[in-house]
Amino acid sequence: MIQLENATKRFPGGQEALSGLSLSIDKGEMVFVTGHSGAGKSTLLRLIALIERPTSGQVIVDGQNTSRVKRRKIPAYRRQIGMVFQDHKLLYDRPVADNVALPLIIAGVGHREASRKVRAALDQVGLLHKEKRRPETLSAGEQQRVGIARAIVSRPKLLIADEPTGNLDPDLSLEVMRIFRRFNEVGVTLLIASHDISLIDRLGCRRIALEDGRLQQEPEEDVESWR
Amino acid sequence: MALTRNADAVAPARRSSPLAIWFARHMSISIGSLGRLSRHPFSSLMIILVIAVTLALPAAINLIVKNARSISGSWDNALDFSVFLKRDLPEDEARALGRLIEQRADVDLVAFISAAQALGDFKEHSGFGAALDQLPDNPLPHTLVVSPSAGHTSASMILLHEELGNLPETEYVQVDTQWVQRFHAILDIVRQAIAIGAALLGIAIVVIIGNTIRLDIENRRNEIEVTKLIGASNAFVRRPFLWTGFWYGLFGGLMALALVYYGLYLLQGPVARLAGLYQSNIAIATMSLQEAAAIIGIGVFLGLFGSWFTTARHMRRIEPR
Repeated sequence: MIQLENATKRFPGGQEALSGLSLSIDKGEMVFVTGHSGAGKSTLLRLIALIERPTSGQVIVDGQNTSRVKRRKIPAYRRQIGMVFQDHKLLYDRPVADNVALPLIIAGVGHREASRKVRAALDQVGLLHKEKRRPETLSAGEQQRVGIARAIVSRPKLLIADEPTGNLDPDLSLEVMRIFRRFNEVGVTLLIASHDISLIDRLGCRRIALEDGRLQQEPEEDVESWR
Repeated sequence: MALTRNADAVAPARRSSPLAIWFARHMSISIGSLGRLSRHPFSSLMIILVIAVTLALPAAINLIVKNARSISGSWDNALDFSVFLKRDLPEDEARALGRLIEQRADVDLVAFISAAQALGDFKEHSGFGAALDQLPDNPLPHTLVVSPSAGHTSASMILLHEELGNLPETEYVQVDTQWVQRFHAILDIVRQAIAIGAALLGIAIVVIIGNTIRLDIENRRNEIEVTKLIGASNAFVRRPFLWTGFWYGLFGGLMALALVYYGLYLLQGPVARLAGLYQSNIAIATMSLQEAAAIIGIGVFLGLFGSWFTTARHMRRIEPR
């Protein structure tokens, strides 16, 4: 689903957020990206979402080389990916249902079909009864679930999430992770950036650890290679 | 899950056509941007008023010129030539010449004013009566006042003028209405000036609407970023702003019409009084349906152009961070 080949992202100051990163994520995997802030987690997700382009190297998503996606085609590319953000990025001037419907409206889906899909998505995150509420009247955990419903409403094959539980307490975090788990069970590929190691360990998923823009060498492996 | 997949399979049969979806979407966006304007009624009204005044100004001046033309046009029809004959021409020959000219197809009527009659009139009206009595003989010639026939054109007028002037008996031909033609020339200049002024005011409207939309874009920057992040194209993000420009233009045009008609209403009383004084039935020419439609059309065009221009510049700049 996702291949990075020697991807480097260098900022104008010369600082490197990613340094020759190569990794591969298969279809149907649920993978966590961990590391300290500044390790390159967000940059990795931003390259996949085409918010940024790599300075060098390749980022291939679902068979598409992102460096060949023209500027004009970026919106269509992004519509294939569901995105969840730490700060939810909801629109507070409209009710929950309209927030969730946004990707469908952008894609030009008819009203009746859109409202059916919105209800299905809200049902999956357990917020169907709050579809008419304004986002600011919801708790942080509920707002994040609205963000998740919006990310999955158009049934993307890939979902990327940047610190989705960053602002949530442990119970709510676990609840959000369980929702992700359910999507994974029906075949959605997930890539989640998080620093909540204890939570990740409980879920028992694959972990990609980043450090200074590279894959972190596990201490044990270091010892192995010494011998 | 099986249930939802099933529903998906059934859905295409009920799915509306893309055109119907597109139309419904535009309707909801247009109503949405209208609602946005109504949420800030005062500032929206101020902008609409500025647009209305800017549109009404050239429209009103144009209307004044139109009225001036129609009034002076009625003078134009009463165009007469005064043919002053040579002073040594005897009166009976002058009268005969008048009858001869009257037979021309392009002449309606010839009035004869004898030298003696002209002097009498002049004495009576000028107030120089006593002084004129001192003159040894009458300095005035016989005069023919030639009225062209109704169907004259400016080309036929020039020809008639020329032929009257070329007669051996003629001393000088005076067109009494040359000042009318000068007045028309002045009106033409005013019309040109309006056209130039209107173009400048049109630019002003584009700038006003553009600036308003720019502020609107800044206020909704976050919303634009989020929708772009979810995969909205520039065209999608632009649409509500284009509709906002459309509404500004439409309401500005309608209000400009209202202002012009209110001005006409205010003028009606004084004009009727003036008409009463002259015992004529002057009425103000109002705007034709085409002119009224043109004002609204120009308003809408400028509104759309202003917002199109602004969004083209700013939408590209706002990208998710």
